[in-house]
Amino acid sequence: MAETIILEIARYSPERDSEPHLESYEVPVHKEWVVLDALNHIKDTEDGTLTYRWSCRMGICGSCGMMVNGEPKLTCATFLTDYSRKGSKIRVEPLRYFPVVRDLVTELSDFLAKLKKVKPWLIHPNQPPLSQGEFLQTPEQLERYKQFSMCINCTLCYAACPVVGLDPTFVGPAALALAQRYNMDSRDQGAAERIAELAHPDGIWGCTFVGECTRVCPKHVDPAGAIQQYKLTAVFEWLKSFVMPRGENTKDVSSETGND
Amino acid sequence: MWGSMETSSHDVLLVGGGGAGLRAAIAAAEVNPKLSIAVVSKVYPMRSHTVSAEGGAAGVAKPDDSLDEHAYDTISGGDWLSDQDAVEAFVREAPQELLQLERWGCPWNREPDGHIAVRAFGGMKKRRTWFAADKTGFHMLHTLFQTTLKYEPITRYDEWFVTKLLVDDGRVQGVVAIELMSGKIQAITAKAVILCTGGCGRVFPFTTNANIKNGDGMALAYRAGAPLKDMEFVQYHPTGLPFTGILITEAARSEGGYMLNKDGYRYLQDYNLGTPEAKPVLRSMELGPRDRLSQAFVKEDQKGRTIQTPYGPIVHLDLRHLGEKLIDAKLPFVRELCLKYQNVDPVKELIPVRPVVHYMMGGVGTDINGATPLAGLFAAGEVACVSINGANRLGSNSLPECLVFGARAGRAAALYASGQPAPNGKALTQANDERQRLESQFLNKNGGRERISTIRDEMQTSVEKSAGIYREQSLLTEGAAKLSELQERYGDINLDDRSRTFNTELESALELGFMLDVAESIVQCALHRTESRGAHQRTDHPGRDDEKFLAHSLVRRNPDGSSRVEYQPVTITRWPPGERVYGQQTSKQAQEH
Repeated sequence: MAETIILEIARYSPERDSEPHLESYEVPVHKEWVVLDALNHIKDTEDGTLTYRWSCRMGICGSCGMMVNGEPKLTCATFLTDYSRKGSKIRVEPLRYFPVVRDLVTELSDFLAKLKKVKPWLIHPNQPPLSQGEFLQTPEQLERYKQFSMCINCTLCYAACPVVGLDPTFVGPAALALAQRYNMDSRDQGAAERIAELAHPDGIWGCTFVGECTRVCPKHVDPAGAIQQYKLTAVFEWLKSFVMPRGENTKDVSSETGND
Repeated sequence: MWGSMETSSHDVLLVGGGGAGLRAAIAAAEVNPKLSIAVVSKVYPMRSHTVSAEGGAAGVAKPDDSLDEHAYDTISGGDWLSDQDAVEAFVREAPQELLQLERWGCPWNREPDGHIAVRAFGGMKKRRTWFAADKTGFHMLHTLFQTTLKYEPITRYDEWFVTKLLVDDGRVQGVVAIELMSGKIQAITAKAVILCTGGCGRVFPFTTNANIKNGDGMALAYRAGAPLKDMEFVQYHPTGLPFTGILITEAARSEGGYMLNKDGYRYLQDYNLGTPEAKPVLRSMELGPRDRLSQAFVKEDQKGRTIQTPYGPIVHLDLRHLGEKLIDAKLPFVRELCLKYQNVDPVKELIPVRPVVHYMMGGVGTDINGATPLAGLFAAGEVACVSINGANRLGSNSLPECLVFGARAGRAAALYASGQPAPNGKALTQANDERQRLESQFLNKNGGRERISTIRDEMQTSVEKSAGIYREQSLLTEGAAKLSELQERYGDINLDDRSRTFNTELESALELGFMLDVAESIVQCALHRTESRGAHQRTDHPGRDDEKFLAHSLVRRNPDGSSRVEYQPVTITRWPPGERVYGQQTSKQAQEH
C-alpha cells in the first residue's frame, strides 16, 4: 500500500451552502506530486465538483494560489512530501481576504481594478517615430526596475497583507509594486501622474510596512521594498511640484533612441 | 430553462487574450478608435499560455544580419513547407513589432551601451533573438496586457468560455459563450471574429503546454466549416523535464549547453548535425532544429544509449561548464524550474530531459492577413497556420509570429468589420439552439457512464502512439479507429457537477470535445501524407516527396462528422526546395541562396 496523506479542502457552493466547510480526501503521496496534482487526482477520479483554477503548472501563470496550512502558496510549487514527512495533514483553502466564488476560486475583479488604477503602462508623451529605433536603456537602468517587473499577479501578497485584511480599499502590494516598476523605468515619464492617483491614504500611505507581502512572494518581487521606495518618490514629486509644472520632469536618457 | 437569452454586441471580437489576441485588439483599436472591441478569454489574459514562453523572439536587429537570411533559416527549418510570401512579410515586420513592444515598456535585455541585446537560437544562422532573460513570453504578455488597459474601446470578457461560432448567411457573426462565474450562457455578436486561442498540446499525454491548451479555436473553426491546415506537423521540443513536461528553454543550448547520452557522449554528432565544439556553433549540433534533435533522441534510445526512468527514457542537458554567473544572468528561470520542480541544480548537476510535445505548426488556415476562407473569421498565433513555420518551426519565431500576424489580423478584421451590417436574427436562433445543446447534453442530462479523465487519458495515449515522433500506416489507422470509438463514448459522458457557478467540469468536458476533433484531424492528416518532412516522419515512407507533397494539407469536416483531406500548393517566391543541411556545410549552402 502506497503512502497516503489527508487533504482537508474548503468547500463552498453559493447555490447550496451558507458558509464554507472542510471536506477530507485521502490521496497517494508521490515524491513528484505537488498539492495541485493531488487536487487534480481528486477531481479526475473521485469528485468532479471540486473547483479551483490552474493552468501552466510551472509557477508563471499565477492561477493556482491558495492557502496551504494557512500560508499563501502557489499549489503547483508546493510538494506533498513537505507535509507528509512531518506526518501532517494538508489544509487547502481559498486565498484569504478575497470574496470566494466557489470552493477554492476567489473573486478577482477588485484586484484587476486596482491594477488598472495605478496606470501600469509606459507613459512617455511625444515619442519619436519607430524608425528612430529603441529607447536606449543600459543594463544598470534595467536592473533598477527589473525585480518589480517580475510580478505574476498571483495575489498571494494580498492574502498575506494585514492591511488588505483591515481595509479592502487599500491598493495593495502587487499593484503598488507595478506602479513603481514603471516609475523606476528610465523610459517612463508618468511618475507624477501616478502619484496623483496613489498619494492618498488608500494608496501608498496605507502600507504599515509589515513586510509579509515580500516574504510570501514566489517571484521575489519585494513589494514592501517597492512601496517604501514609492513613498520617497511621492515626497520627492510633491516637493518638485512646487518648483516646476507637472509633466516637466523628463529624464535625460529616456528620450534618446537607438538609431538616429 | 432560463428564459430569453442575453446578448451583447461588438464590432470585432477576439477569442483568446494571449500575445496574438492582445496585439490584435490594440491593432484593431488603432485602425478605428470608434470600433467596439471585445476580448473574450477563458482565463484572465495574463494567465494565457504566452506567459510560459521562455527563450526569445526573433527579428533581424544587427548590421551583420539580413531579412533574407532570417527568411532562409525559417524556410529551410520548415523543410520548404512554409509559404514564402508569408515568411517575407514576417521577417520584414518582426523587428518593427519587437521595437513597438520596446516602446510599450517590454524589459528587453540590453547591450552595455543601451541597445537591444540578441542571442543565438536553434536553426538560426545569425544572432537575432531578442530576449528578456528567459522569461520573454511572460514579459511580452504582461507588457501587452498592461498596455491594453489604457485603450477604452477594448472590453474584456474575462473567464468566459466560447462554445460555438455563430455562422449565418455565409459569414461569422459572433459566438456563444458561458460566463464561468455565473454560468450564464450568452450570445456575443460581432461583425468579425479573430481566433487567438493558441495550440492544442493537451491532446498529447506529455506536453509543455498549459492545461488550457485544448485546441479550442481549431475545433471552433473546423466545426464552423473552415479548413484546418497542416495538422500533422506537431513539434516535439527536445528538452522537457521528465514527469512534469516543464520546458527547459532552447536558450540553455544557445548559451552553450551540451546534450549527453548515458555515456556522457555528445550524441548529436552521430546524426548529421555537425561535429562537437566547446563553444556553440550556429545551426550546428545542439543548435540544430528541434525536429532533428527530437528524432535523434528516439534513434539514440533505440540504440540503448538513453537512461531509463519511471517517466520514460531520458538524456542529459549539461550546463555545468557555463558557470553560476552566466546561468543566473541569462537562464535564471531554468535554474529556478530545475531547483523547484526537479530538485536538481544545473550549476552543479546534469538536467534530465526528454522530448516533449511543444507546438502545433498546423492550425486554422489563413491568408497573409489572418483571414480564413470563411467570411468574417480570422485567426492569428499558434491557433493559425499562415504558414510561416512549414513542417517545423524554429525556436523564437512563434512570439514574433503572434505579434506580426496578430497585428495584421487585427487591422484586417477592423477594416472588414467597418464595412459589414449588424448581425441578423438567425444567429440568435442558433445561439438558443446551442444553449439547449449545452443543457441537454451536459447540465440537465440523465444517465451517462463515462468519466472525462478516462476518455482524455485514452485519447492522449492513442494520439501519442499513432502520431508521435515517428509514425506509420498501421498505427495511424489504429489511432483513427480508437478516436472514433472515443467520439462515440464521449456522447455517454456524465458530469458530477451540475452547478451554474464556475463549473470547471463542464468546461473540461467541452474542452475534451474540442480535443477529440483536433486529435482526429491530426491523425487523418498524418495518415494521408505518405512522405517524411520536418516534424512528420513516416517510417514506412522515409523520404521527402516534393512531387506529390510540396503542398499543405487541408482537412475539412463532412456533415456526418467524418473528415476529408485535400492539398493546396505551397507558395514559393525565391527559395526553391533544397536539402536541409546542418553542421559545417551550412554556410556554404546558405551562400548559394
